[in-house]
Amino acid sequence: MICGRQAMGTLEIDGLTVRIGERVLVENLSVSIPPGEIVTLMGPSGSGKSTILAHICGTLDRQFEVLGGIRLAGTDLAVLRPEDRKVGILFQEALLFPHLNVGENLAFGLPPGISRNERRQRVEAALADAELDGLADRDPATLSGGQKARAALMRTLLAEPRALLLDEPFSRLDAALRDKIRQFVFDHARKAGLPTLLVTHDIEDARSAGGPIVEVEVAGQASQQS
Amino acid sequence: MRFLPVAPWATLAIFLLPVMAGLAGAFLPAFGYLPALGGTEASLEPWMRLFDYPGFAGSLWMSVWTGFTATAISFGLAVGFAAAWRGTRVFQGLQRLIAPLLSVPHAAVALGMLFLLAPSGWLLRAGSPWATGFDRPPDWATAPDPYGIVFILALVVKETPFLFLMTVAALNQVREREIVTTARTLGYGPATAWLKCVLPLVYPQLRLPVYAVLAFSLSVIDVALVLAPATNPPLGVLILRWFNDPDLGYQFVAAAGAVAQLAVVAAGITLWWAGERLVGSLGRRWASAGDRALLDRPVAAFSLAGTGILWFLGAGSLLGMAIWSMARQWRFPDALPGEWSLMNWMRRGETLIGLGGTTVTVGLISAGIALVLAIACLEHEKRDGLKPTARALWLLYIPLLVPQVAFLFGAQVLLVAAGIDGGWTALIWAHLLFVLPYVFLSLSDPFRSLDERYRTTALCLGLRPSSVFWRVTVPLLLRPILVAFAVGFAVSVSQYLPTVFAGGGRLETLTTEAVSLAGGGDRRLIGMLVFAQSALPFLAFLLAAAVPAWAFRNRAGLRGLT
Repeated sequence: MICGRQAMGTLEIDGLTVRIGERVLVENLSVSIPPGEIVTLMGPSGSGKSTILAHICGTLDRQFEVLGGIRLAGTDLAVLRPEDRKVGILFQEALLFPHLNVGENLAFGLPPGISRNERRQRVEAALADAELDGLADRDPATLSGGQKARAALMRTLLAEPRALLLDEPFSRLDAALRDKIRQFVFDHARKAGLPTLLVTHDIEDARSAGGPIVEVEVAGQASQQS
Repeated sequence: MRFLPVAPWATLAIFLLPVMAGLAGAFLPAFGYLPALGGTEASLEPWMRLFDYPGFAGSLWMSVWTGFTATAISFGLAVGFAAAWRGTRVFQGLQRLIAPLLSVPHAAVALGMLFLLAPSGWLLRAGSPWATGFDRPPDWATAPDPYGIVFILALVVKETPFLFLMTVAALNQVREREIVTTARTLGYGPATAWLKCVLPLVYPQLRLPVYAVLAFSLSVIDVALVLAPATNPPLGVLILRWFNDPDLGYQFVAAAGAVAQLAVVAAGITLWWAGERLVGSLGRRWASAGDRALLDRPVAAFSLAGTGILWFLGAGSLLGMAIWSMARQWRFPDALPGEWSLMNWMRRGETLIGLGGTTVTVGLISAGIALVLAIACLEHEKRDGLKPTARALWLLYIPLLVPQVAFLFGAQVLLVAAGIDGGWTALIWAHLLFVLPYVFLSLSDPFRSLDERYRTTALCLGLRPSSVFWRVTVPLLLRPILVAFAVGFAVSVSQYLPTVFAGGGRLETLTTEAVSLAGGGDRRLIGMLVFAQSALPFLAFLLAAAVPAWAFRNRAGLRGLT
C-alpha cells in the first residue's frame, strides 16, 4: 500500500573504488542486491562504509575520486542528482525535522500532486502501520527512540523509494528495543520489495538481516561471504 | 584580577545607562520639557508641529518603504544564496569576495555609488558615447533618484554581506548537511530542501541580526544624506535638519521626531515579527505539501544574479573612488581619466592626515576598550561557570536596535550638561556604544567554544587562573581576539551620527568629512576620503590575519583551531 506499485529493480554496485588523495577508502567492491533482499556491509569504523552510502545517495564530497558504477534497475545512478535517484536512507539518528510535527514530517515524504485529503489519509495510514496512531500532532522531540525510528522509516517509505540504504540505524537504540525496530524495518523493506543495503559494525544487525554479508576491511578490500 | 566580577556590570552601565538617559533626553523635550530653552510645561505642541510639518508624511513613507525593501531584499539574497549555492565552489568564492565589503563603511559605499550611478557617473561614462550617444551627462535624476531606489541599493550592498555571514555562522550550529541529505534522498531539490528544513532551524539565530538591519535601514542617516532624495528624505534626515536649525524652537520638533523614529522602528520590528509568524505557518504547510523543486531554479538564479550585481556595485563604487583620487583630468564621457597624478594626495596630505589621525585614534581606543570589556565579561562568565542567556543577547543588541538618532539626541543634551561635548571622551564613549556589541558578538562564539579541557589541563598543572588566561586562553584565541579588534575598529571608522553628535563639530573624522562634502562636487577629495576610509579597516583586518599567521607559523594545529 505504501510504496512500489511499479516493479522494483536490482541495486548493483560494480567494481566501486573510492579514493581521497593517496588514501583508498573502498577498493573494487561489487555487490548485487535484488529486490526484497537485504545485504549487509560489515566493517569497523573508518572502513569507508558510509562513504559508499554517500556515493549511492549522490552526496559524496567532490574531492573523493570514484571509479566503478552504481545502477538501480539498470539505470546509472551516478549521472542523476540525489533528489532524482529515488534512494531512501535512514541514519543513526531519525533526523525528524524539529520544526514540523510528526504528521507533517511524514507528509514531507509524500510525493507532490496528491490532494490534501488524500495526503492526510496516507499519513494516518502510515502512522497506524507504525503503531503511532494519534501522534500526528505531536512534537517529534517528545517521541521515544523507537517511535522516532519508526516515524523516520515511514517518512522514507512514503517518498516511494526504489532502494533503501541503512546507515547503522539501530546503533543508538536501547538493546531491548533494537531487535524489535530491526524486525520492523526489515519486514517493511522486504514487503515493499526494496533492494536494501545495511551498513553496520554490529554482527547482530547482520545476522538478523538474514541476507548476504560483505566484510569491508579498513584498508578497503572487500571479500564476499555468505 | 579584581576587575573581573564588576566587568559585566561596568559593561552594561557603559551602554545601557546612556541609552536610557538618552531616550529620556529625547522624550522630555518631545513633550515640551526642556528648561534650557524655556520649556517647563508638558505640552503636545512639538507633536502638532511635527505632524503639521510639510513633507513629514512623505518622509515617514520614504523611511518605511526604503527600510523594509532594503531589509527584505538583503535577507532574501543572503538566505536565497545560502539555500541554492551552499556546498558549491560558487558559495566559497562569494564568501571570500563578499567579506571585505563588510568592513567598508556605509558612507563610503554610498558615496561610491553616487559617483558610479549618477548621470555623469562611471557606469554611463563606460557606455558613452558608443552605446548611449551621450557626449555630455544627461539630465537624469538617477543618483539620488526620487524613489529612493539607489538608496535602497546602497543599503542592500552593505547589509547583504552582513546577513550572509551571520547565516553562515548560524549554519555551524545546526546539522545542515545531514538535514539536507535526508531531504534530498526524499526527492527534494537542494534549495527547496534548505528552505523547507534548514531555514526554520537557523532563523531563530538570524532574528536579532535581521531586526538590527531593519532598525538600521529604517533610521539610517549618513547613507540617506548622500543618496536619498532631497524632497521627502527619510525621517532621520529631517530630524538632523531640525536639530541643526538655527531656530532653537526646532529642538522640540527634533525631539518629537526622534521619538517618532523610535516608534517607527518599534512598529517596524513588530510588523516584521508578525510577518515571521505568518510566513512560518504558511511555510509549514508548504513544507508538508509535497512540492519538491519548484523554487530551486528561481532561487538559484535570483540569488546569483542579485549577489553578483551587488558585488559589482560595491567593488565598482570603491574602485571608481580610488581612480578619482588619482585623476588629474577626467572628462565625460572618458571611461578613464585622461591624466593621472598623485598631486591630489600631496596637496591634501595635511587634511587627510588630520582627519585620518582622529579616525585612527578614536578607532584604536574605542576598539581597545571594547576588547578589554568583552574579554573580561567572557572570562568572568567562564570562571564563574555562568551560562549566556537569550536575554543577555537582547541587551547587547539594544544599541543596534534603538535608532541612533533617538538616543544620541538626548545623550547630546546630557553631554552638554556635563560639559564634555565636543571632546575626546564624549567621542570615544559614543563610538564605544556601537563598537562594543560588535566586538562582543564577534568574540563570544570562539571564546565560548574553546575546548574547556585546555583550561582544565593548565589549572591542574598548578597554574593560577590569571596565568591560565595569559598563557593559554589568549594565545589560543589570538586570531579571534585580533579579528574582534579589527571588527571594532572598522565599526568605529564607519560611525557617522555618533561622531556628529559627540564631536560637536570640533572633532571630524574621514567619514563625517566625506559625508559633508557629498553635496559639493570635489570628486577628487571625496575619492581620497573614501579610499582612506575603506583602506583603514581593510588594513586592520589584514594585520589581524597576518599577526597570528606569523606568530604561529610553525604551529599547524593553531591554523585550524580557531
